[in-house]
Amino acid sequence: MIQRIFAILHARNLEFLRDRATLGWNVAMPLLLVAGMAAIFSGGDRSEYKVALIQAEAQAAAPAHPFLETRYFDFIPMERGEALDRVANHQLDLAIDFGAGAYWINPESPGGYFAERLLQSSSKDGEWIREPASGDPISYVDWLIPGILGMNIMFSCLFGVGYVVVRYRKNGFLKRLKATPLRPVEFMAAQILSRLMLAIFVTLLLYGATRLLLDIRMEGSGLALFLVAVLASISLVSIGLAMAARVTSEELAGGLLNLVTWPMMLLSGVWFSLAGAPQWVQQLSNIFPLTHALTAARDIMLYGAGLGDVLPQLLILAGTTAVFLTIGATMFRWRSA
Amino acid sequence: MAAAKPAPILAVRDLVKNYGPVRAVRGISFDVRRDCCFGLLGPNGAGKTTTVEIIEGVTPATSGEVLYQGKPAGAAFRQDAGVQFQTAALQDFITVRETLEMFHRLYRHRADLGQVISDCALDKLEKRDNRKLSGGQRQRLLLGIALVNDPKILFLDEPTTGMDPQARRNFWELVERIRARGKTIVLTTHYMEEAQTLCDEIVIMNEGEIITQGAPEQLLKAHYKAIILELPESDLAEMPPEFPFPSYRRNGLVEIHADDANEAITRLSRAGAPLGRLNIRPYRLEDLFLDLTGKELRP
Repeated sequence: MIQRIFAILHARNLEFLRDRATLGWNVAMPLLLVAGMAAIFSGGDRSEYKVALIQAEAQAAAPAHPFLETRYFDFIPMERGEALDRVANHQLDLAIDFGAGAYWINPESPGGYFAERLLQSSSKDGEWIREPASGDPISYVDWLIPGILGMNIMFSCLFGVGYVVVRYRKNGFLKRLKATPLRPVEFMAAQILSRLMLAIFVTLLLYGATRLLLDIRMEGSGLALFLVAVLASISLVSIGLAMAARVTSEELAGGLLNLVTWPMMLLSGVWFSLAGAPQWVQQLSNIFPLTHALTAARDIMLYGAGLGDVLPQLLILAGTTAVFLTIGATMFRWRSA
Repeated sequence: MAAAKPAPILAVRDLVKNYGPVRAVRGISFDVRRDCCFGLLGPNGAGKTTTVEIIEGVTPATSGEVLYQGKPAGAAFRQDAGVQFQTAALQDFITVRETLEMFHRLYRHRADLGQVISDCALDKLEKRDNRKLSGGQRQRLLLGIALVNDPKILFLDEPTTGMDPQARRNFWELVERIRARGKTIVLTTHYMEEAQTLCDEIVIMNEGEIITQGAPEQLLKAHYKAIILELPESDLAEMPPEFPFPSYRRNGLVEIHADDANEAITRLSRAGAPLGRLNIRPYRLEDLFLDLTGKELRP
């Protein structure tokens, strides 16, 4: 069985590595993305200010205050704990609790300094209690990089496997394999391993490039992050295999894969946090494995979380893998009916 | 006491395949003897490829069964069978040798790869990308893939379709060499010359049914007592009056099917027909095929 898996794995790797155009695109596209981000973000962070309105208390007193009329400020309702963490890490400039008449600021944050000046200028003397919240800054690019790594894994695993399986089925290569002792589970294992190797290689390359070019934050264990990347890749490949289990048209496969990738890209927190989004959107985002992969990756990279801390996310990724591999193996067809 | 008839290596029983309302295979049964070259013949759409794909295990039957060495064909059959499909895609960017190596590793019992490469005349193509093979070279590679497990039974589905005459002859020689090593071969073809050259036994299918089966020579003897006289149409514009043998005009020739050649020649001579270009030949498998399956074009 192992020999059959490695026979298919080896042939698939050779096919991929010699297809220079595809290989080049798979490596070059993410690197170009990183280079673009380096150009955009290396000169400084965003210019817009972000202020958390600590929920519940904010609901009653906030609407009337003139500070909320200030232009170029984003006011985001948020839970107290999360708001204070973000202020400490420079992800927010200020957190205000209208009910308690207090605000939190990181004294080292330039954005916080300006936001505080504007708050005071639009408030009465003695209206606010000032509370410090200290911590190292987390820039947007620090926050974004795990999203980019995750997005690259998602596209590579879903499209890279889904399209290949459909193409093999359409051109009759799978039919030829069916006449051999190879079993579906062995074929699927070979596809997972092949794509996993590529996804991890490109992710390591990207991670290295971002560390080099952008000096991104890495507080936790590289090994834990590696494990998250491996489980996320396997989980996403298994979704790709399940979606391609019976499809015989590349157009349909593309549509199905887009149906999964676009919601994941928008709702899994690749580009922006869903902290300010409606509750139902946040709950919906939890059905996507990418959400859990990014939560784990950010906890490790930004807050130094250990394996034990991200265990729930790892278990979800492993569970997703088991579910979709079972679906894929059950539904798999070597050829069209 | 008569010797017991040896058990067939392959037995097909009451095989049916329906595609919706279309009955592609209609309850056919036949045996394939060990070490024989068995031909499955029929016009396009006769159901022969469907039949052979059911036997190979790549298409499920609607009903009926396939027995390999007396047991339902399953994992052991897949280890022992070599299959050459009529068309099969191969992976791009992979060389001939790498392709053979990949399939080679899928089996427990394996042939010597060097021997397979040599048998299929792939020695000079080992490092060539699959995409850069000609039609004949590609068919030889597909045959090589079918031989990597040193199969006990080899399926060849229209293996010479699209080959030029020289490549086809070379392919036949190759199949003869393989057969000489005691392999059982199941050949699907619509080239009658190919079947007559290679097959010990044939089945002719039409519209999903078997219409005749047996050894080619026996079938010809059973169906025809006559021989065929051929004359160019230009030498025989009209048949002599009261000519007692049936005749057909086909491809610029007049074919006279006569059970008494002397009588036919005498009558033609008396009618003044020039006989310098007269050709006398026995019935061929193609004649039987056309007589049994019809001469008109299929829709």
